[in-house]
Amino acid sequence: MSIQVQNIHKAFGDFVALGDVSLDFPTGELVALLGPSGCGKTTLLRIIAGLESADGGRVLLDGEDASDTHVRERHVGFVFQHYALFRHMSVFDNVAFGLRMKPRSQRPSEKAIRTKVHDLLKLVQLDWLADRFPAQLSGGQRQRIALARALAVEPRVLLLDEPFGALDAKVRKELRRWLRRLHDELHITSIFVTHDQEEALEVADRVVLMDHGKVEQIGTPEEVYRHPATPFVYGFLGAVNHFSGHVDGQSVRVGDEVLRHAAPDLKHGDEVIAFARPHELDIVTDLAGTDGVPARVARVLSFGVTARVELDGLNGATGQHFEVELTRERVEALALQEGQTVRLHPQRLRVFAR
Amino acid sequence: MAGATSLHAGGDVAARFENRAATREPAWFKWMLIAVSLTFFALFLLMPLIAVFVEALRKGWDTYLAALIEPDAVSAIKLTLIAAVIAVPLNLTFGVAAAWAITKFNFRGKHLLITLIDLPFSVSPVVAGLIYVLVFGAQGWFGPWLQGHDVKIIFAVPGIVLATIFVTFPFIARELIPLMQAQGKEEEEAAVVLGANGWQTFWYVTLPNIKWGLMYGVILCNARAMGEFGAVSVVSGHIRGLTNTMPLHVEILYNEYQFAAAFAVASLLALLALVTLAVKTWVEYQATKAKDVTE
Repeated sequence: MSIQVQNIHKAFGDFVALGDVSLDFPTGELVALLGPSGCGKTTLLRIIAGLESADGGRVLLDGEDASDTHVRERHVGFVFQHYALFRHMSVFDNVAFGLRMKPRSQRPSEKAIRTKVHDLLKLVQLDWLADRFPAQLSGGQRQRIALARALAVEPRVLLLDEPFGALDAKVRKELRRWLRRLHDELHITSIFVTHDQEEALEVADRVVLMDHGKVEQIGTPEEVYRHPATPFVYGFLGAVNHFSGHVDGQSVRVGDEVLRHAAPDLKHGDEVIAFARPHELDIVTDLAGTDGVPARVARVLSFGVTARVELDGLNGATGQHFEVELTRERVEALALQEGQTVRLHPQRLRVFAR
Repeated sequence: MAGATSLHAGGDVAARFENRAATREPAWFKWMLIAVSLTFFALFLLMPLIAVFVEALRKGWDTYLAALIEPDAVSAIKLTLIAAVIAVPLNLTFGVAAAWAITKFNFRGKHLLITLIDLPFSVSPVVAGLIYVLVFGAQGWFGPWLQGHDVKIIFAVPGIVLATIFVTFPFIARELIPLMQAQGKEEEEAAVVLGANGWQTFWYVTLPNIKWGLMYGVILCNARAMGEFGAVSVVSGHIRGLTNTMPLHVEILYNEYQFAAAFAVASLLALLALVTLAVKTWVEYQATKAKDVTE
């Protein structure tokens, strides 16, 4: 089932949580709402579920206006960050809850419920935990039970609010892969909220980037990572180095220094901000000329597959910190000393007008 | 359950402090503290309790029984039970409703409601009784109207029930509010998303989570309802066999120098207190056990 939100507006007092947000979630896709905390992503998810009401705008489920439909008639599955399992009920009773609450005419027989619950518990691979209480489960198990409980009522859409937010790194990674596989099996339209860019890029078919209650970019993980539309998206999707300056012909001028680059759509003299990822910068020890930004080596960290060099900017970039990722061979060839002055050469630069 | 378990939770910490040289207090300090509290307990709590039963039985078992089955005493016991049976369920309903409203909804006047719930605790019971006399009494606001319709509230059973309700107002709400605040509303939201209606959400999700706190509140509410003296004394009029509750009956007997009978009735109240304590301990134990399973 498709979900559309149109011109959703929501404010808490003076704080605008969502400012005129319109989005389309096509049938069968797994979409990530990605953004820093306070960007409005959870509020949007709760508005879609009906747990929160918008000040303006509409929510369409399957093309029908559901703005005034009560939560319990929307037939959505919702998974909470802190699981919200019924703590006084066994795992079995938790999963069976939605079925047992149906009006008598629609309620399946107790036998049918039992079959269904066990099928779902098998689906989340926790059939052996049916008689336990939520408190006796690990975080990862609880979240899978919460998912089974949401799926029991055969929701038209699945909404997940930071589903892995309360788990430790290793379990998170496992569950991510598991959720992706599950979605490939069920093909239920799903939206999940996260502030972890790696999680969003890894799991989702499509990523919606949000900041300050606005949508910044929508696209496949590949698109948003390769072609970030705004400085915010560029900065949010990975480590960055940024340079502020102005366009000077075929280059960006930062103070007296020059960064070469081609930006056909920007006019001479425009104030700009330029980004480069750590692996897109190179270090040159030859200080002659004005090509590249001068910086002082602060630390060389060479324990991984690649080496990281942290630097403090000089001259036009004083007060800024840079991070460069190089191969270990390159770092050894350069023989960098802490405190040494070098120049940074971007091999690739993404320039945004300010 | 903040109120119900805090008294029993200190055991582990105490043992840990005791076993470490770094945190252990000198022996004389420990024994002095224990001696002071035990002496105080014996003098001010245990001795009066024993005294009640000793005095009640001083003139023998027959006198004791006679004092209890005497018609005025029986009527006082009945009235006390009636007041409690009406006041406790009403306050149960109100307490749950108020705690629910305060913890699950945002509305104007919420803080005022929280403050007002505590009013019966902060105002002297005598003042509480007096308020009812001023409102419903013969010279009060509604007095003439009530008289015209032949309704008696003050110096009658309804007044006693009203005063009891007022005084025991806060117990259940006070017990539930922190508990429900700590639990948040996520489980209720989950229930609603899964299709449960309001009543199902309350019955299957909210109530099981608060049941031990609720029970605890009911016990305290009941104990106070049966033991209340001040407010009830003002509105009762002390009419023997009609508007005397057990505490009032005790006072009358005592003032008439019928010490054995006074203590006999008092011993019933003391027994009630002991039963309350026992049930309370049992509820606390169950609550701790339930907590171990659910957290």
